[in-house]
Amino acid sequence: MNNLSVNHLTGIRDLTREDIELIFKTADSFKEVINRPIKKVPSLRDITIANLFFENSTRTRLSFELAEKRLSADVVNFSASSSSVKKGETLIDTVNNILSMKVDMVVMRHPNPGAAKFLSERVNARVVNAGDGTHEHPTQALLDAFSIREKLGSVEGKKVVIVGDILHSRVALSNIYCLQKLGAEVMVCGPTTLIPKYIHELGVLVEHNLRKALEWCDVANMLRIQLERQDIKFFPSLREYSMQFGLTKEILDSLSKKIIVMHPGPINRGVEITSDVADSDQSIILDQVENGVAVRMAVIYLLASKIGR
Amino acid sequence: MLIFYLEKLPQVILPTRKARIFVSMEKQVILNSRHFELTIKRLCYQLIEQHHDFSDTVLIGLQPRGIHVLVRIKAELERILGKEILCGNLDITFYRDDFRRREKAIIPSVTNIDFVIENKQVVLVDDVLFTGRTIRAGLDALLAFGRPKKVELLTLVDRRFNRDLPIQANYIGKSVDTLSKERVSVEWKEIEGEDKVVLFTPDTNE
Repeated sequence: MNNLSVNHLTGIRDLTREDIELIFKTADSFKEVINRPIKKVPSLRDITIANLFFENSTRTRLSFELAEKRLSADVVNFSASSSSVKKGETLIDTVNNILSMKVDMVVMRHPNPGAAKFLSERVNARVVNAGDGTHEHPTQALLDAFSIREKLGSVEGKKVVIVGDILHSRVALSNIYCLQKLGAEVMVCGPTTLIPKYIHELGVLVEHNLRKALEWCDVANMLRIQLERQDIKFFPSLREYSMQFGLTKEILDSLSKKIIVMHPGPINRGVEITSDVADSDQSIILDQVENGVAVRMAVIYLLASKIGR
Repeated sequence: MLIFYLEKLPQVILPTRKARIFVSMEKQVILNSRHFELTIKRLCYQLIEQHHDFSDTVLIGLQPRGIHVLVRIKAELERILGKEILCGNLDITFYRDDFRRREKAIIPSVTNIDFVIENKQVVLVDDVLFTGRTIRAGLDALLAFGRPKKVELLTLVDRRFNRDLPIQANYIGKSVDTLSKERVSVEWKEIEGEDKVVLFTPDTNE
């Protein structure tokens, strides 16, 4: 297995376990590269990548940009707020205009689910999904699983609970696919209103009691409440949510074993996670960010190796 | 010219001829385990001639197969000198000049160079020197770890006359004259069960 089975990364759902393991193996090497005095390799010096962000992002966008630059690719950036999208241009037109300037790969974040897949079927470039609405965020799931593998040695057989706004979370869906493909058990935990109906069809456990969920797991991935996507009230107040589902140092210390705490960011301190937990030695939040660059380098490198000359 | 070298071939290659393993490949051992050991020892003494006590010298093995040569050289040098020799492994995958020109991506190996090579004398170690392209990439990769005072190259087998780039080794275990279509393989006690260098020649009679 030296090649990915896919030509685009639109979602974890399309990947095989071998693909994910190949990405991890390549990311191991890139992690070593980004810890060198000179953090750059010349592999992609004849590739141009466009980062199209139709939705706000800081971490993902910076992480992708750094990954691309450390592979020596040429990078162009685009954000919807300062573009012709506001003037009524369609997605396909925008992207085809950019591709006319000889761009080989597109990294896109878009508020509509399925946007990356839609694009990958219609344009002549490799597409990397950097988050499409409430659907998938594949590189986040890859870096989460990579961080678990780094911390615990492997993902196989581990128990992971995803806590919070599962309904609006693309991180949750990608994580479920990714962790299950790697042989982990997944549980989701949150208020009934924020757990999608029929989610058990994906083979995940559902728990509404945070303490029970934490007692069960090896790793807890705490998600943010995505107020910007919530058109109606899903719970009475943030304070009430935080009392029931916020991870505090007291709960963490009262557990029978030491679990690992993850968060994809941005953190709302005091809502889903308290400051002392986010900064504790059980939290690997900043390792996740570091691994994000290495994992994204691996994804881009492997996809670029399939671009013909 | 080529025919001339081919005629000289029997003098360069040791006489052991083994039975055919592959239908269309002829296999010749060009360095057996006894000579293998002697060669490693000679290379070490040649290194000591140039680098004395290795206080300012580091050895870097090129992944994936060069590190086996490095392990032997390191062990022998440490036995002779009675001190530890600074060594590292370098992976050159991301520096190759054939990215996107191959069918399949190459899976990188591990790089571990946990020292600075600034102002050090570096000896790159590889098993077979063929086109020189790996060494070109290695020189490029090396720069990420600082500016060395001097870089030398040690190779167990030198396939001279097959070079694509103006690169020569400073220390050579064995020179062989080969055709591009032939293949030279270094086998190790630890992996293949025996130390030897084998030359595979496609059978022209078929």
